[in-house]
Amino acid sequence: MKHRSPSEQHHGKQPRVGVPTAAASASPQSDMEDKPTFTPRELTQNPLKKIWMPNKHGLPEKHISHRMVCMTNCPTLIVTVGLPARGKTYISKKLTRYLNWIGVPTREFNVGQYRREFLKIYKSFEFFRPDNEEGLKIRRQCASAALNDVRQYLTEEGGQVAVFDATNTTRERRDTILEFAEQNGFKAFFVESVCEDPEVIQENIVQVKLGSPDYTNCNTEEAVEDFMKRIKCYENSYETLDEVLDRDLSFIKIMDVGQRYLVNRVLDHIQSRIVYYLMNIHITPRSIYLCRHGESELNVKGRIGGDSGLTPRGKEFAKKLNQFIQTQNISELKVWTSQMKRTIQTAEALNVPYEQWKVLNEIDAGVCEEMMYEEIQGNYPLEFALRDQDKYRYRYPKGESYEDLVQRLEPVIMELERQENVLVICHQAVMRCLLAYFLDKTAEELPYLKCPLHTVLKLTPVAYGCKVESISLNVEAVNTHREKPENVDIHRTTEDALQTVPAHF
Amino acid sequence: MRGCSSRSKSTQNQGKAVCMTNCPTLIVTVGLPARGKTYISKKLTRYLNWIGVPTREFNVGQYRREFLKIYKSFEFFRPDNEEGLKIRRQCASAALNDVRQYLTEEGGQVAVFDATNTTRERRDTILEFAEQNGFKAFFVESVCEDPEVIQENIVQVKLGSPDYTNCNTEEAVEDFMKRIKCYENSYETLDEVLDRDLSFIKIMDVGQRYLVNRVLDHIQSRIVYYLMNIHITPRSIYLCRHGESELNVKGRIGGDSGLTPRGKEFAKKLNQFIQTQNISELKVWTSQMKRTIQTAEALNVPYEQWKVLNEIDAGVCEEMMYEEIQGNYPLEFALRDQDKYRYRYPKGESYEDLVQRLEPVIMELERQENVLVICHQAVMRCLLAYFLDKTAEELPYLKCPLHTVLKLTPVAYGCKVESISLNVEAVNTHREKPENVDIHRTTEDALQTVPAHF
Repeated sequence: MKHRSPSEQHHGKQPRVGVPTAAASASPQSDMEDKPTFTPRELTQNPLKKIWMPNKHGLPEKHISHRMVCMTNCPTLIVTVGLPARGKTYISKKLTRYLNWIGVPTREFNVGQYRREFLKIYKSFEFFRPDNEEGLKIRRQCASAALNDVRQYLTEEGGQVAVFDATNTTRERRDTILEFAEQNGFKAFFVESVCEDPEVIQENIVQVKLGSPDYTNCNTEEAVEDFMKRIKCYENSYETLDEVLDRDLSFIKIMDVGQRYLVNRVLDHIQSRIVYYLMNIHITPRSIYLCRHGESELNVKGRIGGDSGLTPRGKEFAKKLNQFIQTQNISELKVWTSQMKRTIQTAEALNVPYEQWKVLNEIDAGVCEEMMYEEIQGNYPLEFALRDQDKYRYRYPKGESYEDLVQRLEPVIMELERQENVLVICHQAVMRCLLAYFLDKTAEELPYLKCPLHTVLKLTPVAYGCKVESISLNVEAVNTHREKPENVDIHRTTEDALQTVPAHF
Repeated sequence: MRGCSSRSKSTQNQGKAVCMTNCPTLIVTVGLPARGKTYISKKLTRYLNWIGVPTREFNVGQYRREFLKIYKSFEFFRPDNEEGLKIRRQCASAALNDVRQYLTEEGGQVAVFDATNTTRERRDTILEFAEQNGFKAFFVESVCEDPEVIQENIVQVKLGSPDYTNCNTEEAVEDFMKRIKCYENSYETLDEVLDRDLSFIKIMDVGQRYLVNRVLDHIQSRIVYYLMNIHITPRSIYLCRHGESELNVKGRIGGDSGLTPRGKEFAKKLNQFIQTQNISELKVWTSQMKRTIQTAEALNVPYEQWKVLNEIDAGVCEEMMYEEIQGNYPLEFALRDQDKYRYRYPKGESYEDLVQRLEPVIMELERQENVLVICHQAVMRCLLAYFLDKTAEELPYLKCPLHTVLKLTPVAYGCKVESISLNVEAVNTHREKPENVDIHRTTEDALQTVPAHF
């Protein structure tokens, strides 16, 4: 997730196509370009990710670009627009989480946070009055400080997208930001949320404002009243994004919590993906249930992958799952499985319609399919060590990596966002990837998330995040979780390598 | 818990990726003549069919041409032409009737009703029809006032229309402009307020701006995403396979081998070819398999590696010769010949899986301009099938020989294909469907169409 690979890749050479002879610009690093034919570079396969890369003097070239997500050529600055309590921060956080999960380094910068750190104590809405000179000055400073951090993140820290989360309700303020973006070579994309439904605004205030540090010492009534007055401070000067006046800007205007959208000048791939994502999310309350298939025959043998059926204990779990689901009294539950026997067998016990998704299949362990960890260590000790060194990026020979899994699962996440109540019966690595999306886990944490057999995770969106309830259905099963061992060196002993392998028959 | 309607794709044991919708969808175009409605209809239909959603378009103009036989002039479309109005209403009804039959009896999932539909009255009629039959209506309006775009549109697709076979260019353009005028006075565009309960997308100025209202389900969401990614800027897409590989010459499938000397020769020729084409800002994409990357390296330009462009996974048959597959898995080999599109290798993939995997590539190809995709035989067949609107039956047998570049250029409602052989010899890897696909056939019958190899 590190490098900001623009879509020009892995070497500094200029494209030759369509360029008439430009002998003067031959780069000194190589004289290959001067010859009418040249010798193409040799390729070596990166041992971790199994990516073929050109090598130079026998060493692999560092900066290899392979498509995870099409990067834009320059960083993107997403700018929220809207009155308070219109969901700007909700959108900012969610979008940031999504982009990071699909591999686009993204960070949000909430100007309200900067204001809280500066002011320390929030007294009342008076701070936001348009005639409060002192207040305006501080707010401008906070916005500047935030933009400064944005610049640093995008130019020095490898960031690809920055989300500038503030009201930005005047054209003047937005022009300032546009100038900033232009000076620094960032593409600006505005996301405005417009909503006049008093119920939605009220619910918003209850969910996220009452608990804000601004209102720690207020009771509910006082907080709501003050916040309403705060909104009023912005209303008179609010200049919404306009089809005509702002026709040269790139933006999406979200109206009435997603009932309607106005989309203007989508410039590149990442903006197109952002628009697609924003148009698929909703705020209707619902829960997502994640669990693995019941214990399988290969599980008890300590073998990975394969396509085996359930053990008796696995079947017991499936029955208990059926009972559990019924006690939950879920309206219109969708059930999804992979196309592997063990998840389908589990779903069959629920006696409800379900959909099979091939992309929910377990990670492909390639040449290591159906092996025990002991066998992997015996046959491929180097591979086993590389995997422990970077479990997220490591790709099994002729198989997949967690990084590949995330790409494969993106349509599942998109559909989960569209849906309401869903039960996903899947596999250990797959469940880790999905969980990492909902709980905003990093690439480092993801492959070690605990997803034991016979346990259901119930995820319910709340405020800016996700509540997790872990429900064990009390059916015994083997443990399939292998912690990262202490010694990940490629020369380690077999004993060190197998130190954390869970027990099996 | 509720069950699923039999029409739904989410029934058990259904291998489909996503449940599209519980009821069929009726897409309704809206817009003045020459706004790209038929272009959008045909393209959308092609895309939906390719991703596996049975879709058909119903062009009311076609019905009118079949009914009238001879088009005289724009006068037919005058709003005060009672006879004309009557005929046009009948044609719309006939088309809707066929829509109903397609969606309820012929297994259709989506129907695209392509007509101007510029009045609220006409749209209300269609909404009634949709409601009566349990279809979901989704409107796609195209609004454009740029005279250059309209002119180009007329030149590209109207001049060649059967309506204007006997006119010269000037006459045709003049008549068509008058035809447009007939609609303008009664045109009621989709309105944010008046039509707030409808599901629609309004495309403005050829995609510069979009208004999207009440997207109800997954298929509508995918349609919106697709429509927001297509463009009409002229460009070309180049498709080719990697140069001949070591496993190719041995008659083995799959694997991850490098190029033979002839394959390297092809790569050099490809480099020269690309340069002669003088393409502005060409993007080059490869898979993550050595043979495509080696080929791209010879071009000496930046390229992007896509894992999803990797060749079809032959599972347990990886690196086997067809003779070995027949020897080890004669049943599998026969099943594959019986339905090559849906057949999945054990622990491998099917062409059907490939199409799902390749959808993001198609989406990005739609967004891009000039692109060269260096890929593999099965992958190239899938991409080609999308551009040339081939069926699932035709797709796995499309000819994609080594060392040949296909140049695809969008024109009018379709795609022009130029096949350019770079004149470097290579083995033939194309295996035709044998006559005998029975599971009890002899080895000889099974191997009848295997191409020669070393």
